Amino acid sequence: MFGIVGGSGSGKSVLLRSILGLQHPEAGTVRIEGHDITRMTEAQLRPIKARYGVAFQSGALYSGLTVLQNVQLPMMEYFELESAVRDKLALLKILLVGLPADAAGKYPAELSGGMVKRAAIARALALDPALLFLDEPTSGLDPVSATAFDDLVLFLQKELKLTIVMITHDLDSIFRTCNRVGVIVNRRMESDTVERILDHPNPWIQEYFHGERARGARLAARAGNGGGAAGGGHGA
Amino acid sequence: MSVEVSRTAAGLQLELTGQWGLREVEAARAQLAAVDLGGVREVEVSTRGVESLDLSGAWVLREFVQRARAAGAGVSFQGAPPDQLRLIGETLKEPEAGAAATPSAAPPAEPGLLYDIGRYAVHAWHDARASFAFLGRTLVTLLASRSLRRLRPISVARHVYDTGITAIPITALIAFLVTVIIAYLSAQQLRGLGVDIYVVDLVTIGVLRELGVLLTSIITAGRSASSYAAELGSMQLNEEVDALIATGVDPFEVLVVPRVLGFVIALPLLTVIADLVGLTGGALLCRYLLDMPLTQYVNRVDESISSTTFWVGIVKAPVFALLIALAGCYRGMQVRGSARELGHKVTVAVVQAIFLVILADALFAIVFMKLDI
Repeated sequence: MFGIVGGSGSGKSVLLRSILGLQHPEAGTVRIEGHDITRMTEAQLRPIKARYGVAFQSGALYSGLTVLQNVQLPMMEYFELESAVRDKLALLKILLVGLPADAAGKYPAELSGGMVKRAAIARALALDPALLFLDEPTSGLDPVSATAFDDLVLFLQKELKLTIVMITHDLDSIFRTCNRVGVIVNRRMESDTVERILDHPNPWIQEYFHGERARGARLAARAGNGGGAAGGGHGA
Repeated sequence: MSVEVSRTAAGLQLELTGQWGLREVEAARAQLAAVDLGGVREVEVSTRGVESLDLSGAWVLREFVQRARAAGAGVSFQGAPPDQLRLIGETLKEPEAGAAATPSAAPPAEPGLLYDIGRYAVHAWHDARASFAFLGRTLVTLLASRSLRRLRPISVARHVYDTGITAIPITALIAFLVTVIIAYLSAQQLRGLGVDIYVVDLVTIGVLRELGVLLTSIITAGRSASSYAAELGSMQLNEEVDALIATGVDPFEVLVVPRVLGFVIALPLLTVIADLVGLTGGALLCRYLLDMPLTQYVNRVDESISSTTFWVGIVKAPVFALLIALAGCYRGMQVRGSARELGHKVTVAVVQAIFLVILADALFAIVFMKLDI
């Protein structure tokens, strides 16, 4: 689990968009499972796009489709499946992210903020990806929902053996879920394990992880490390 | 992905190999469905040859395991069963228990044609009432504003520009072309009778009374009703309208009234331009097709119109403008929830705006005939 942090406007979103192939980087390459995606055509990219799932910050669920249809859409685009099978597989993903079964028939506008984010993950998981990108998954959630969401992310990572890349500002999330953190400062990324990045000499990183707001999160993470993170129960 | 079945003394042995993913779901289901479970008491599954097993593949396997158990066979795995099966089992446990009860809530009986008609009528009635309420609220907001500042002059000016000034080229072009078509067709007919001077009467009265205002209204209905509906609709989707209400600002005052007012100002002006361009088009055609000198054309125009001809046309413009702007704003404010809804409401806004304009034009025609003007 890799967390990406950085100040507002430091280029986190640009980085994610470049990784996803939504935006062509001006210099450098993006490698996903060894393939340089910056030099590939749309057709060559398709099988690679099936290997990752993305949950966008605001969910980006297709507002004209129900949650079930949202999850089915990637399946329909990639594979020919019987509709009954597709229904069941999509429902499995919806239940897996801790949504109740009756949420499947609802439209995104009828869901709460936390449910939209869960539905976005369900859609990201539709193709059984190996890699999952999350853009600020806990922003806009209350602390209880955010903690439940962290549990879900940990649960998915453990159970599905996913590699997860997460852009986040939520220090609690970073301390609870991430193994490694990349901090974007001065247009470069400093990445290391969570423990070692805490001692990084860069003043911005020091401020970020040791500032007033960070202290409580770190304490909470240390206190909770024994039970909470390891428990990783079902996010419902 | 493949399944090898071999019969042993105790029952069946299944050897699964290869990739078991979403790509292979249909093939795997077909192969497992082909396994004959008749009289089998024991099924042993080996997943050692499986290179990758994702949730979808595991779900197919689970389906088979359930089918085998339902057929009375015991299922065992060589080594530990795949972890994914446990995960799916835990995930589906509660809903499947509940799922049995759910379908018993039988789907409602298929409603008949009468039901559809009734529902449509009730819906139309509610919609008509709501649109009159919208009209009323807009007018009340307009009339209740005590000062000029309350009418948002800057916003109104912007809408006059957006719906009026920028629409000049297209309305002028259409007015010109349609006049030319009418003049040309009538010239062909009237020339046979030797009364081609009446082309001028036809063009003048036609453009000033009907075509100028009607064409302009229909074009701007397509332009402005759609843009109003789309603007307000996406603001609804973005919760901007809710934000206004929550701030204590009346969305009718800042969104609807300036749009309506702006368009009511813009459309009569556009109509005047369309009238002018239409008459110019008639003049050009008469000059070059009928060899009629310009002075004769102008004189004939002057003779053919009465004092009311121009005003009969132009008085309709504000009414049409009101209808178009209200249709656009009303449908825009109705948008809730989804992008599809937005597209639907924009379509409805344009269709209704054009319909209302033509309906109102017909009513005007009757009234003017009764009044003998």
